[in-house]
Amino acid sequence: MSQQDYHVPDHIFKLSGVSKAYGETHAVRSVNLSIPKGLTTVLIGPSGCGKSTTLRLMIGLLQPDEGTVLFEGNEITRANILQLRQHMGYVIQNGGLFPHLTARENITLMAHYLGWEKSRINLRLQELVDLSQFPNDGLERYPVQLSGGQQQRVALMRALMLDPNVLLLDEPLGALDPIIRSGLQNILREIFYKLRKSVVLVTHDIGEAGFLGDQIVLMRGGNIVQKGTIKELIHSPAGPFVTNFINSQNSLQEVLQEEYE
Amino acid sequence: MNKNAFLFFLCIYPFLWCIPADSSELPVRVGSKKFTENVLVGEITTLRLRQEGVPAIHRKQLGGTRVLWSALLNGDIDVYPEYTGTITHEILAGKGLEEENDIKKALSQLGIRMKRPFGFNNTYAIGMKRKTAQRLGITKISDLKKFPELKFGFTNEFMYRQDGWPNLQMHYQLPQKDVRGLDHDLAYRGIDEESIHVMDLYSTDAEIEYYELVTLKDDLHAFPDYNAVLLYREDIADRWPEAVKIMSQLEGKIPESKMIQMNVQAKINKVPEKQVAASFLAKEFGVHSDVYIESITKRIFQRTCEHLFLVIISLSGAIILSIPLGIAAAKAQRIGQGILGVVGIIQTIPSLALLVFMIPLLGIGGPPAIMALFLYSLLPIVRNTYTGIRSIPSDMIETAQALGLSPFARLRLVELPLASRSILAGIKTSAVINVGFATLGALIGSGGYGQPILTGIRLDDMGLILQGAIPAAVMAIMVQGFFDLAERYFVSKGLRIEAEKQ
Repeated sequence: MSQQDYHVPDHIFKLSGVSKAYGETHAVRSVNLSIPKGLTTVLIGPSGCGKSTTLRLMIGLLQPDEGTVLFEGNEITRANILQLRQHMGYVIQNGGLFPHLTARENITLMAHYLGWEKSRINLRLQELVDLSQFPNDGLERYPVQLSGGQQQRVALMRALMLDPNVLLLDEPLGALDPIIRSGLQNILREIFYKLRKSVVLVTHDIGEAGFLGDQIVLMRGGNIVQKGTIKELIHSPAGPFVTNFINSQNSLQEVLQEEYE
Repeated sequence: MNKNAFLFFLCIYPFLWCIPADSSELPVRVGSKKFTENVLVGEITTLRLRQEGVPAIHRKQLGGTRVLWSALLNGDIDVYPEYTGTITHEILAGKGLEEENDIKKALSQLGIRMKRPFGFNNTYAIGMKRKTAQRLGITKISDLKKFPELKFGFTNEFMYRQDGWPNLQMHYQLPQKDVRGLDHDLAYRGIDEESIHVMDLYSTDAEIEYYELVTLKDDLHAFPDYNAVLLYREDIADRWPEAVKIMSQLEGKIPESKMIQMNVQAKINKVPEKQVAASFLAKEFGVHSDVYIESITKRIFQRTCEHLFLVIISLSGAIILSIPLGIAAAKAQRIGQGILGVVGIIQTIPSLALLVFMIPLLGIGGPPAIMALFLYSLLPIVRNTYTGIRSIPSDMIETAQALGLSPFARLRLVELPLASRSILAGIKTSAVINVGFATLGALIGSGGYGQPILTGIRLDDMGLILQGAIPAAVMAIMVQGFFDLAERYFVSKGLRIEAEKQ
């Protein structure tokens, strides 16, 4: 056994030389990336930059053509993927709630599948409802009976149910209107702060990235352009693309104003 | 009650009240073809056996020669009335057997015995209006040569059969030019209105008397003999030795005039066949038997049981096989196309052909009908399971994967529930088709609502036809309603609300 196996990594994911292509299109090219524990990392960039592909490589929905993806020091393989996923929470843009299950059934599906006791399930559910400020009577509703914002909160609760080591969020607020969106951004930040979870969030909105992210990874054409805090990206951009990308979106101004107030 | 127990109960329910009590000794099973004369002879044979204390049942109007003959060989029936011409020209065709002893020998090699003729010859015959024949002085077929202006109307089958018109024309050197093919029933009307003068008949047709026709003497023997005889299995003597003797009592007892009379009774005067058979036996043997004719409600109840039995067994089997097949087709594209192709081809086999294909494999009665119904029920369920699963949005599948559910759990907890609506619609389609198609099962002796329909068509009795057709339609509607209710049970409320919103 090598020394590495005894070393507890301080990163939750480690991507080394990872490439992924869909036919002729190279979505991700030789990416090296570490996702620190307990912090929120935001993957951002224009459409087609490879941010979603990177996230899907982390949860094993895609296998890399080249390179390795380590989760807590273990390489993700077909054999261990089902096991490892139970330690990851995943939320997609439209929530991905199962329409045939109520909110409660969606949230507790995996816990039931793993044979948790009823009391334990209910206890955990109540914690999550309080945390996400979700109305209790909404639990018996079906997704079709919930608003977009409520659906996303249910999706978040489902992702958190098993108390995963990492949350992977793919444009979780992308489909919501601005007012609901900013309300949920606040809830998300509060939850991330309270739980001190490792979080990987994909967004195309630089304001959201600045508001939620401890570390921001800006991607373009399958490569990482710059990695750092929002201030580093603003004040010492790696090139004109970084500045252009930031300036093209005005949502950041509001966030920065809030930050300085 | 959980879902599985409920389904199981559904499957066994019809057995609880449909299965007849098991008898230790199999009764003599008499079969008959699906035309009135044959059914009557079957009734007479059955009733005579019973009068002499041999238990006998009559599986009537089973179908044509093929069905009856294979049923006899397979031991699904023990005895049925056949015609000597059919034995030599169809059953043992190509062997050139003419002598009675040679025929008997050939049959006995197959374990089949033949009784001596009943006394009537139901052969092809040539008929004319009695008045016209008398006016022209025609009594035999060779007399027709003298009247080339007479118009002939023959059934299409007779027109083209080797032993039909081509043979007749050659044999007698008939000069007539105006010869047309037409429907048998229309021919009777045509001859009545004198738009044709000569037609083909079966020599014992009930209509001969009704339309005041005479049959012309086949003086040069153009037509083979079709003497009615009983064919029976040798091994019947092991079970019921006295049955063979009792059947011999009927030899020579039914001359042609008597048979025509009985055909008229049943077909034209609408006397129940059992009644006709009973009066015949009362006259011949002096034994009176009470003819017990079941009440209409009891009969419909019985038919409903039989019909439900066919539908439920075949549909349950189809569901059990089709859903996994549909899943396999959806999961493995290449195998999928193969599966869909095969079940699609089965669907294109004509229903009657499929029923008849089953007879050599499964005999007659319930099993072949259930097998044919089962095969027909596959396609809608397989196809709907396939499309139901294939049309699940990919983000649903990915979410289920990302949660960490195993492939099997994904199928059970996510994919099947999401496809449930489509699958159930497929089952509903199969069930409704199945209820209708099951009426054809009566052709091979599986009972059900097809039984009165067949009898009704044979006797031209609309009341009887409706006794089968109306309950079948009602059952189809109820099946539809049942599955609409089942949707509430099997399809999640969330999906139903979603569907309503769209």
